[in-house]
Order: sequence, then C-alpha cells, then structure tokens
Amino acid sequence: MQITAIINEKKVIFDVAADDLLADTLRAQGYLSIRKGCDTSCCGLCTVWIDGKPALSCTVPSFRVNGKTLVTIEGVQKEAEEFAQVLAAEGAEQCGFCSPGFIMTVLAMKQELPNPTEEQIIHYLTGNLCRCTGYMGQLRAIKKYLGVA
Amino acid sequence: MFTLLNLAQPTSLDEAYQVLSAQRNNTVLGGCAFLRLGSRRIATAVDLSKLNLAYIQETEEEIEIGAMTTFREVETSPVLQNYFDGIVPKAVSHVIGVQFRNIVTVGASVFSKYGFSDLLPALLALDTDVQLCMGGRLPLAAFLKNPYKKDILTKVIIKKNSRKAAYQQLRNSHSDFPLLNVAASELNGSWRIVVGARPGRAKFARRAAEVLSSGGVTPENVNFAANVAAEELHFETNTRATAQYRKALCQALVRRAITEVEACR
Repeated sequence: MQITAIINEKKVIFDVAADDLLADTLRAQGYLSIRKGCDTSCCGLCTVWIDGKPALSCTVPSFRVNGKTLVTIEGVQKEAEEFAQVLAAEGAEQCGFCSPGFIMTVLAMKQELPNPTEEQIIHYLTGNLCRCTGYMGQLRAIKKYLGVA
Repeated sequence: MFTLLNLAQPTSLDEAYQVLSAQRNNTVLGGCAFLRLGSRRIATAVDLSKLNLAYIQETEEEIEIGAMTTFREVETSPVLQNYFDGIVPKAVSHVIGVQFRNIVTVGASVFSKYGFSDLLPALLALDTDVQLCMGGRLPLAAFLKNPYKKDILTKVIIKKNSRKAAYQQLRNSHSDFPLLNVAASELNGSWRIVVGARPGRAKFARRAAEVLSSGGVTPENVNFAANVAAEELHFETNTRATAQYRKALCQALVRRAITEVEACR
C-alpha cells in the first residue's frame, strides 16, 4: 500500500507492506539515525516523533503513519547538536548508540514539560536505556540544558 | 515477528466486525507492542484507527475511554486524574516509557485480558463496564470471566462516584512487567481488593475485602486482610518471581494499598 507522510518537513510517498514496521521503513528511506536495540519495545533507541509525540518506531506499523507528520533526529539537527554538546561536557556520552533516541525524547520532554522536576525528568526518560553511562551524567546534562535545578 | 497478509481499515464498526469474523485468523490490531513479540500469522488485520475510538469523555454519570485511546492519553487526562485519586493514570504511568505509552491502547490491553496488565486491576477496583460490538455492555469482571470470543471492544466505561482508590506494584526494573500489582478501593465502607500479575489475570480478593468491609480498618484488620488476600489467591512461578515471593509481596502491597486508600478518605 502507498503511504504519504511529512518527514522532517518534506512530503514523502512510499510503498509499505501491511506488516512493515516504521523503523525499518524509515531506515530504508535513508533515515539512518533510527536504531534498533532491544527489538522488544523497551529501549527507546528508535524513538521518533509522530504528530509531535515520541513513539517507538520499531513497534508502530508503517501504515499507521499515513497522513501523519514525522520527525527524526535529522529534522532537529540544530537542537540535537546543542544538547549533544552539553551531554559530552558532562561526560554523559560514551558509545553514543542510544543518543539519537535519547535526544529525541529529551527534546520532546522540553516541549511537553515546562521546568520539569528531577522526578519528572527521570519518569519521562524511563523508556530510554543506556548501558554505558549510569544515567547520572545524562541527568546532569538535561538539567543544565533545560536550565532547571 | 508477526505476519500480516492483508490489512483492512474499516470506516464503520459493522464493516470492522464483518472483516474480523470472515476468517478464523483475522485479528484486530491494538498498539501492536505485544503482537510483535510473537510470530502470529494473521490473514487480515483489522485496524480501528479510522473509527474515531481515541477519546476520553466525561458524561454526567460516567467516564468513557475509547478503545484506541493510548496509555499516555490516559496518564495525562485531567478527567481521569480528577477521579478515584487518579488510580487509572497512576497505574499506566509505570508501563515502560512515554514512547511506549504513546503507542499501546486501552482496548487491546483490556480485550486481551493480559495477566501482566497494569490497567486491569485499576479498572476492576472501580465500577467499570466494557462495551463490545456484538456482546453489548457488560461489567468488566464478567467480561474477564467469559471465555474468549471474537468481538470488538469499543470503549471502557467507568461509573463516576466517590470511590477512593489506590494502586501498588513492584517491578524488577522500570521497563519490565510487574511482579505483582494490587488495586484497592472503598465506597461507603465497602471495599474491593484486586491482585494482578500473579502472574495470572487480575482477580478479586473477596474474603480480604470482606474483612475490611465488615470489620473496619484497624491496624490489626489491615494486616489480617493482607494475610487473607495472600492465602485466598493462587500465585505461580515464572522467570520474574517465584510463587512464594509473590505471595509474600501480595501481603505487603495489599497492606500499602489499603493504607493509601485510608489516607485518601
């Protein structure tokens, strides 16, 4: 079936099978920031925004994004770079494999929660796993980036 | 990985049911999170996205949650946060992460009667009905008891009242299934206690609730009710916890849930 979606502000038309999943479809379209980690819907690596909401692209069937607006990290490069610099400065980036999904979630949180508390930040990010950093560096970086105590 | 041979996106409920019942292995799609963990081969998948079933609306006497409403919409709903001490949003807020909760749907979680469901114990502790396309409206507890039959769940309906409620759960890690979950509620001195993820489907601890309803909520009675709940329900062992551990956990979580409800009164 043919799908039309706005991806990173560009109208894209592509063919999908009924059981294609969005992460595979996006990677086939060249959006290589999308990574598959756990393949069981719990690591957050494949996070993209669908109509402004963060979602696991490894789980969403591709046909469900017909007529929707998608954003991958390629579509928010400026903000992603700004945050990535803060992450690096706080020693919160090691292998970097989880970074695209993690950054997409942090940027979504920034839009959704004004001045989040530490508890709200941790709760919002429970769906993003990182096997290198132990999360404290990430938490410091997020607070610094958002300018919250 | 699952296989979908065909896809139907009906625009009416009648059409959806016709497609669903046309072949034995036709299936309704929810959020697909659990489906993708298996290897089912589905002839025609019925996608309900075009039926406008994603809503939470409040009427004078009830709160209706459409089948395609996501857990995140439940979690952030001001309507649901305002009733029953926010038990329904609290229960789903523990499910993996925001990105996951933006996908999984209320209808799939309820209709599939998952044992690990965080939502079912909370709904059972309230006065909840389900609306089925063919089966009509029936209490959630009756629906859970009935054998599986092909149908389409269109909405969950919660009766509005002054019921006080609390939800407790324990997980090995944030992104895992619960080891056990407990919901407790009280209305006009009458208690309900529900225990889920045993790992079987959520069940009422009726004798434990009766202890509180008839004997009142004293510290001794709370402990006694917690012990009764652990004795009257059946627990099993799986990779996450042993039956013995779940039984011990049941006592602690029931006690905490009752105490939390009492604090809300």
